[in-house]
Amino acid sequence: MDQKKEEPLWEVFIRSRQGLEHKHAGSLHAADAQMAIENARDVYTRRMEGVSIWVVESKYIHATNPDEAESFFEPANDKIYRHPTFYDLPDELKYM
Amino acid sequence: MGPQQLLEKFNARIEQDIRIEPKDWMPDDYRKTLIRQISQHAHSEIVGMLPEANWITRAPSLKRKAILLAKVQDEAGHGLYLYCAAETLNISRETMIEQLLSGQAKYSSIFNYPTISWADMGAIGWLVDGAAIMNQVPLCRASYGPYARGMVRICKEESFHQRQGYEILLTLCRGSKEQKAMAQDALNRWWWPSLMMFGPNDDQSPHTAQSMKWKIKRFSNDELRQKFVDICKQQADILGITIPDPDLKWNDERGHYDFGEINWGEFWNVVNGNGPCNKERLAAKIKAHEDGAWVREAALVFAAKQKKKNSDKEVKLETV
Repeated sequence: MDQKKEEPLWEVFIRSRQGLEHKHAGSLHAADAQMAIENARDVYTRRMEGVSIWVVESKYIHATNPDEAESFFEPANDKIYRHPTFYDLPDELKYM
Repeated sequence: MGPQQLLEKFNARIEQDIRIEPKDWMPDDYRKTLIRQISQHAHSEIVGMLPEANWITRAPSLKRKAILLAKVQDEAGHGLYLYCAAETLNISRETMIEQLLSGQAKYSSIFNYPTISWADMGAIGWLVDGAAIMNQVPLCRASYGPYARGMVRICKEESFHQRQGYEILLTLCRGSKEQKAMAQDALNRWWWPSLMMFGPNDDQSPHTAQSMKWKIKRFSNDELRQKFVDICKQQADILGITIPDPDLKWNDERGHYDFGEINWGEFWNVVNGNGPCNKERLAAKIKAHEDGAWVREAALVFAAKQKKKNSDKEVKLETV
């Protein structure tokens, strides 16, 4: 093949059971969304792993930068009062 | 962060068993080692379809045919999981395919042996997939996230491959004298190449120490090979066929089976392209790639046309 045109990369998300969320399963190449969905069925759900598939072209995914992850997520670090265990309440207290 | 700090941070993560992910900083050699190992692994899955595809049309029953088809389809899937994992390290699918087809990239030498009888389908499942599982289970904990996740999926599926192979041999061994002889013959031919699948002895394996330091590998070649020999002996006994190694015997002191010397001359000969089927396998892959060119081309043209059609429709709707 002299033509160097690649099929774009797609990220695949699969809902394994009705009632659960779609989870990232992996990626694959396909010429368009329809073929990506069909390929995803063959590659990622050969053993009934899914009841619904999402595909999105990888280039449309925006992500946090791992080098800045520490400072980016830092604001949550010192707010332990957001957790129920922060509050010291009497043992006699029930149903709370 | 300076290069020294980045390296320290990377090493600390490896030390603490924190996975490395695609966008994290990693040393160049770590990236190169992973690309080599994962792409070789992917190529092995893809080339590994050929020896078994050879028997799909001649499987002895509809049930066996359906099973073999499913297995070969799994190998294709495993190849795809692994190519995708390698691509996260910034190598394109096209480059990897080119490296395979030009002979520059290696794949597991085991697939350069011919499959001359139906019993070989049994021996491949039992021994070849068995050895692969032995190698792959520790890779589920490899330090590179996408590789480890791919391996988890692969290992889950691989278990049926081994069991179906063993069952083929079990059926043959419980059949006629001739059928049992077929099973023995397959074991005779596949035993030693299967042991070679674990790679050279530890003192001859240049990449092992570094790969273990990086926690890509968790066990050495010889450790895994020993484990494999230990479990296969009993499995061969259940079949009632004999492992073709006069030196194979239990060593009470070591708590392991001793086994004979591997023919490393044969191993390197096959690695270097002179095995019984090296040329045939590569030729089959090149032909498949060339014959499929029009399909890939048509898919892209079709996608472009659909896109244009849809955007024309949108324009029309807007002007209404």
